[in-house]
Amino acid sequence: MKLSYEWLREWVPVKLAPRALAERLTLAGVEVGAIAPAGPALEGVVVGRVRRVEAHPRAPRLTVCEVEAGGGKRVRVVCGAPNVAAGIKAPLALPGAQLPDGRRIEAAVIQGVESAGMLCSSTELGLDGDADGLLLLDEAVRTGAPLAKALGFDDVTLELDLTPNRGDCLSVAGVAREVAALTGARLHAPPIRPARVKARRRVAVRIDARQACPRYAGRVIEGLDRHARTPLWMRERLRRAGVRSLHPVVDVTNYVMLELGQPMHAFDLAKLRGSIRVRTAVENETLTLLDGRRVALPSGALLITDDRGPIALAGVMGGEETAVGAETDAVFLESAHFDPMSVARYARAMGIQTDASQRFERGVDPTLPVRALERATALLLEIAGGRAGPITVAGAAPRARPPIVLRAERLAQLLGSAVEPRRAADILKRLGMRVQRHKQGWRVIPPSYRFDIGIEVDLIEEVARVLGYDRIPVTLPAAPARAPELPESRQSVARLRAMLVDRDYQEVITYSFVDPELQQLLDPGSPPERLSNPISADMAVMRTTLWAGLVQALRYNRNRQQNRIRIFEIGRRFLTQPTAREEVMLAGAVAGAAAPEQWGFARREVDFYDAKSDVEAVLALTGCADDVRFVAAAHPALHPGQSAAIHLGGEGVGWIGTLHPALQARLETGNVVLFELRLGALLERRVPAFVEISRFPAVRRDLAVVVPETTEAQAVLDAVREAAGPLLINLQLFDVYRGEGIDSGRKSLALGLTFQDSSRTLREAEVDTLEAQVIEALQTSLGAQLRR
Amino acid sequence: MSETIESLQRQLEQLVADAEAAAAAAADVAAVEDIRVRYLGKKGLLTEQLKQIGSLAPEERPLVGKWVNEAKDRLTERLRERRADLEARAQEARLERERIDVTLPGRGLGVGGLHPITRALERLEQIFVGMGFAIADGPEIEDDYHNFEALNIPAHHPARAMHDTFYFDARRLLRTHTSPVQVRYMEAHRPPLRIVAPGRVYRNDSDVTHSPMFFQIEGLLVDERVTFADLKGLLTEFLTRFFDRPDLAVRFRPSYFPFVEPGAEVDISCFVCGAQGCRVCKGSGWLEVLGSGMVHPEVFRYVGIDAERYTGFAFGLGVERLAMLRYGVNDLRLFYENDLRFLQQFR
Repeated sequence: MKLSYEWLREWVPVKLAPRALAERLTLAGVEVGAIAPAGPALEGVVVGRVRRVEAHPRAPRLTVCEVEAGGGKRVRVVCGAPNVAAGIKAPLALPGAQLPDGRRIEAAVIQGVESAGMLCSSTELGLDGDADGLLLLDEAVRTGAPLAKALGFDDVTLELDLTPNRGDCLSVAGVAREVAALTGARLHAPPIRPARVKARRRVAVRIDARQACPRYAGRVIEGLDRHARTPLWMRERLRRAGVRSLHPVVDVTNYVMLELGQPMHAFDLAKLRGSIRVRTAVENETLTLLDGRRVALPSGALLITDDRGPIALAGVMGGEETAVGAETDAVFLESAHFDPMSVARYARAMGIQTDASQRFERGVDPTLPVRALERATALLLEIAGGRAGPITVAGAAPRARPPIVLRAERLAQLLGSAVEPRRAADILKRLGMRVQRHKQGWRVIPPSYRFDIGIEVDLIEEVARVLGYDRIPVTLPAAPARAPELPESRQSVARLRAMLVDRDYQEVITYSFVDPELQQLLDPGSPPERLSNPISADMAVMRTTLWAGLVQALRYNRNRQQNRIRIFEIGRRFLTQPTAREEVMLAGAVAGAAAPEQWGFARREVDFYDAKSDVEAVLALTGCADDVRFVAAAHPALHPGQSAAIHLGGEGVGWIGTLHPALQARLETGNVVLFELRLGALLERRVPAFVEISRFPAVRRDLAVVVPETTEAQAVLDAVREAAGPLLINLQLFDVYRGEGIDSGRKSLALGLTFQDSSRTLREAEVDTLEAQVIEALQTSLGAQLRR
Repeated sequence: MSETIESLQRQLEQLVADAEAAAAAAADVAAVEDIRVRYLGKKGLLTEQLKQIGSLAPEERPLVGKWVNEAKDRLTERLRERRADLEARAQEARLERERIDVTLPGRGLGVGGLHPITRALERLEQIFVGMGFAIADGPEIEDDYHNFEALNIPAHHPARAMHDTFYFDARRLLRTHTSPVQVRYMEAHRPPLRIVAPGRVYRNDSDVTHSPMFFQIEGLLVDERVTFADLKGLLTEFLTRFFDRPDLAVRFRPSYFPFVEPGAEVDISCFVCGAQGCRVCKGSGWLEVLGSGMVHPEVFRYVGIDAERYTGFAFGLGVERLAMLRYGVNDLRLFYENDLRFLQQFR
């Protein structure tokens, strides 16, 4: 909501300068978001009086005018406006003037006639309004005065960022009330006197929906001057409030809305048939709105109808058919009260927001309709003449509001400091409340316009905010006896992140909603959650794997000349099968060189095993590294020969693998290894349990065994461990060899076995036996040959 | 002295002189060792001299014996010196050979980094945990009840217009704030309560200053006799710690969130311009950093906590906003583009 500072001052003659006033309002919860000049600077533009108008000798559509520019100075200007006439006052831009559109006015020769300036339209001055005629100034303004001064541009507009509970401040009257309460200044509401009724005509009004429309007032005004124009002062106030001047009748209704907060509507009486009925829409009704849109009316929407059908969407917008226009000389003015919830329901459902609906949704003072109607009548009669008919009112007068008890003790207890009783009562009174003493504090009846006040705490907030939050002391709540801490058997997520960061991974955060197509490619087996109103088609489904975001981040960086990419993310995935659930995942993607570019290391592309060691390091933090297994398994997004399911303690906890080459090509990622683990599986960790260190020497034996290419290293290691028994305290696979000396289709694995006993020195012969057992087992179970 | 003895003495001197000359000429430790063997070994030339003593007159023997021993000692000492000298030189030569360019870059993996949002979140959590708060969590796909209704935002409430909500169907939605965690936590726990709930939230809005996904931290403290003054104290303390500025000015300004009352927007003095007014604070000298207020009795009613006995406060803050202020990031969109050139600045 925007309003003119001067307009506000007319209502409440506050001494504060705009900036100080804005600060005071902001600190009371009525935030002033911006203060802007009321109009452009308009240097070099003055009030001109046109003295003589003659035809241009060569151009039939131009005139040559003699214009008085003040101080006895007269200038001759060429003008093309149709409404130029001797005697009018209009803006005159003199040579050297700078117009808001950047144009600089210079003396010029136009079609052979010298022109020492320009008469201006409101558009040329950067104001809203007619482009095809001069801006006509009031007779009262002084000829030769700077135009900006004459138009009151030394004013500023205050832009309020109102919270939805303060609908009562959506008017000059409302803000003025607030200012008066905050500063102690007196409120000067312009008097509203009932108009003399001079016309007979009535339009009958019937309300069928009392809940949604408790009260409806209206009256006919006939005999309006079709040529009347909205006076400049009103146009300026509207403009400063961000409302366009359209038609005197519409301008008056808008003006009253801005001034008092009551949205109104005017129907062209000539187009209205029969009587007014306020009812809810039935199935399949439609209405063409003022803005030309034809809308289907949801059943339950509140309508204003005449004998033919809907003529307005109540509290939102009028219909086109009964709209006022250039030919209108009689109107029916509507000033009604509509229920906030009702208006909110259908306005929201239809996606329409107007100045009227915004006010009704937040609550309009139910006592206003008749007063607003009288105010509009007075203004309209002043501007366009005419005769007012009697006021018709349907519905009931608003009921008195129930009192609220405010306990002094509760006030002090919630704020953390006592408020002097007289001060508290004074604040409430200044806010328009009726305040009575009560044994525990006060009985308070809030004013009709405060929809946000219904319970005790609402009053406590009012006292606190008017008092000023800075007046409430600062204390620290009592500290808890014991600060929470993580049990040792839980791993912190921070530790997992640190592990990856220290292993040269950069953390990323990607959107939880992803491209359905990408999602389908990476995880075709999981039907995703689908947003019904996504922000765009490529952010329409919830991810079922973090790979979707990682692949996109990878591609984004590859396209920006990043060749070595190691990224990870911790976040949720959203599953629908077997039931909807969210699961926090840790996922990574690695691509490019295995190590940063450097001297002394041969450049090598990162591969499965590099990523695997990172995954192993993360898993090792559980303290259960021995329970980890990588099991070759197929995943639709991964290279069939380079993918593994990750098991921890026999349970599947994730996947690792090279992105399938077909997807690499399709997604333009290049070679990339991906992994993803359930974070939950990583958050439990074993609390260490000490094992005695053997004081006896260890014996190491190295073996090289040749096995078929298809035999997994894991099988060999498992067989060795099983055959060697508990004395084998370490087993290293330290080389894999293929080539000379080894049959094709086979590979040689070099193993280092370390034996040790905790209670004695092992004898050579014992170790020989164990070694023989191992070799024997490998030969029989895996067809391995010992390589000499 | 007999002639024989004199000639023996000359011989001895000659031998020692020869050996010393040879030692001086020796190129390495091995050559010195050869000399030692040659002169001082079991069959060395000097040792042989001793054997000749037997052929001398008995009265001459002690004298000659002494000479020979003196010669041996002298030579032994010379050779030792020479050896030490050669060893030192060899060591020096080796060290010289092993000299490297210490300015060449070190080898190995680099170090990655946390996302700036995580970095800020970890700090925030640490500060709150230090103030006795536990970390709580809730679903990101929420229902209308927990995201709105139980927070005193019924259907058609104007406050809903401030939340551009992503929906799945009529009931389920992406949480628009972390506040539903408050409700879920209070459903499951009885006071006293002290939690913060960090997490992703979503709004259907995307432009220069809005991201459809962002992070919030929700805080909740409920106990007997919790006051608005406590809210002011705790948040002032938190902001002072987070921004590392003991002199930070904090301002509480009335505002409206349906689930708290009295509600307060919290501003800090703009440290970019020293509260003089700049682009970051839009000329006001203040930076809006979080929303807060006393828990609304309606919210307590929804979760079945006695609002007469217990009071509490809640607060919510935007992590991006704090991270932008703390690290001077000037464009919100940078956080989710995941450009490595941006992310790597937060090591």
